[in-house]
Amino acid sequence: MARSPQSSGSASPAPAPVACSPQGRFGLYGGRYVPETLVAPLEELTAAWLTARSDPAFQAELADLLANYAGRPTPLYFARRWTQQAGGARVYLKREDLLHTGAHKINNCLGQALLARRMGKQRLIAETGAGQHGVATATVAALLGLECVVYMGREDMARQALNVARMRLLGAEVRGVAAGSQTLKDAINEAMRDWVADCERSHYLLGSALGPHPYPAMVREFHACIGREARTQILQAEGRLPAEVIACVGGGSNAIGIFSGFLADAGVRLTGVEAGGRGPQLGEHAARFAGGSPGVLQGTFSYILQDPAGQIAATHSVSAGLDYAAIGPEHAALRDEGRAEYVACGDADALAACRFLAATEGIIPALESAHAVAEARRRAPRHGADAAIIVNISGRGDKDMEILSRELGLGGAAD
Amino acid sequence: MPSDSRAHSSSPAATSAGAGFAPFFARARAAGRTALIPYITAGDPTLEASREIALALAEAGADIIELGVPFSDPVADGPVIQRASERALRQGVTLEHVLALAAEIRRRSPVGLLLFGYVNPFLRLGWARFAQAAAAAGVQGVLATDLIPEEAAEYRQALAERGLEPVFLAAPTSPEARLAAIAAASRGFLYAVSRTGVTGAREQVPPGARDLVARIRRHTTLPIALGFGLSTAAQVEEVGRFADGAVVGTALVAAVHAAVQRDGPGAAAPAAASFLRTLRG
Repeated sequence: MARSPQSSGSASPAPAPVACSPQGRFGLYGGRYVPETLVAPLEELTAAWLTARSDPAFQAELADLLANYAGRPTPLYFARRWTQQAGGARVYLKREDLLHTGAHKINNCLGQALLARRMGKQRLIAETGAGQHGVATATVAALLGLECVVYMGREDMARQALNVARMRLLGAEVRGVAAGSQTLKDAINEAMRDWVADCERSHYLLGSALGPHPYPAMVREFHACIGREARTQILQAEGRLPAEVIACVGGGSNAIGIFSGFLADAGVRLTGVEAGGRGPQLGEHAARFAGGSPGVLQGTFSYILQDPAGQIAATHSVSAGLDYAAIGPEHAALRDEGRAEYVACGDADALAACRFLAATEGIIPALESAHAVAEARRRAPRHGADAAIIVNISGRGDKDMEILSRELGLGGAAD
Repeated sequence: MPSDSRAHSSSPAATSAGAGFAPFFARARAAGRTALIPYITAGDPTLEASREIALALAEAGADIIELGVPFSDPVADGPVIQRASERALRQGVTLEHVLALAAEIRRRSPVGLLLFGYVNPFLRLGWARFAQAAAAAGVQGVLATDLIPEEAAEYRQALAERGLEPVFLAAPTSPEARLAAIAAASRGFLYAVSRTGVTGAREQVPPGARDLVARIRRHTTLPIALGFGLSTAAQVEEVGRFADGAVVGTALVAAVHAAVQRDGPGAAAPAAASFLRTLRG
């Protein structure tokens, strides 16, 4: 089932087939559930993306920005001390945390911002949970001289205050959303309302592999560089494919990005880690597969957390980026097919994993990525010493220092 | 398009529901006026008050009432209707309650009833069960804001089997080919969205609205109702010159809420009726 690794990870001009049906379906999931007004802009975006993806000039400009602006390829780092301490598989970390702006989000933002410019849009609209996507969008808006408005739930603004300041410094307007749970879901609602009113001038730069077609397929493709690079790098380092690839899953963009490089390699286990939050009760977590059921949220049909009457449930995670009621539709299809497995990891384990990786490898992961680290800690010892596993470190933990400081008791004077 | 009245032969609403929305538009047209279609969010301020509001609106001359099913994530709605949904949801209002409310209204009034909501609560019940329950409640049709014809095959079939009419939105951004598809998928009437953006009152009827209605007419003989942004008698009168129906939502919801804030839930129905009368000019 092996396919030839591409010569260079980030520059891969040959367009592979789009991952979904022309209607945006991944198996049963995906599609386009939006008010009629948004269909024309979504069609315009789909057409622009399909043209751009086979345009060598577009691909060359994107590859140049990914390399020279964002910092691709990112290293695949062998976690020596972790491996020595834990035993079992040799653990590799895909270092998306080393990218400009501190997370994988910039891959997709560069791609979509170039598309927006191609379509003649003057304004970028984005939503953000943890703030990483908002920062990445504000960054590319500054880079390309576009206006930028970022919607962010008020609760998220409070817990990610530093990212709010970063976005403002980059010239973006941050609009607080006071509706609902005041988190990512509510920010997406508000961004969609803005877009529906101003779709002529504005591009909605959706930040995860979610929402109506073409977003799930398009966002996946802009993050596919993660998987392409990782596959090439592990073959170089180990001379063989990994036994397992582990990534955290909020909407699921970093996970689908790295998984996409290994989907055709049937022997590589793909594991997604959702937020188990404080426990299994509805409202206490964001584990859509463990606690949810199929439904429609914000334009796509996938697994969602909902009450018996079909109202979207509240979610909780210590990590704002995973605190969302729907999972990207391709993940739902991969789970149905049995190609990927999804588990949940709670707040406490994620916090402990942050502490572990900081102390063991000198790497402070984002709380989102720490969920993948926590699961990898459980799984690495189950593999033989000849196996390798890859953990996607989707972002760095600087933005989480206030939460880490509070939760792990790191602040204050010594007593 | 005639609907299957046999599906309703055992329903108390057989005569009104079986004929769909056509008679309501025909009656308005015969009277030389545009059909008046108020929207209310079911359960705002309470389910009991919603029933009284609907009956008062019917009494005051509403032709069809859009019964809004509250949803946690109403992306097509502006702040006024968002808040109304939140107020209803805080009291635990579910689709089941809204269907029971529709049945109560139907028992006491022949007014046209359109269930208006977002797809997920309908889908959660399951298309067949939803259609059965909606037909039993005596509504004529359903509009699911975030369901476009391409995604609506099962929905349309389930509604058709129960003699219910699916109403779809047509937008200023819809190109000709989509207008044709929307017209082909719709039964009863089409809902033309007057402008891009979410629901909410505006001072002017948008200049493109007349154009949109004219474009839709090229694809259908069904009645066309215009909505989004209408709030005054002058606007309803203007819309009546080119459309078959005028939908008024946000302004009504705001007027009712203001009355309830001032004088309690008992003030809701009289406020709704008096607002509707002002629209008749």
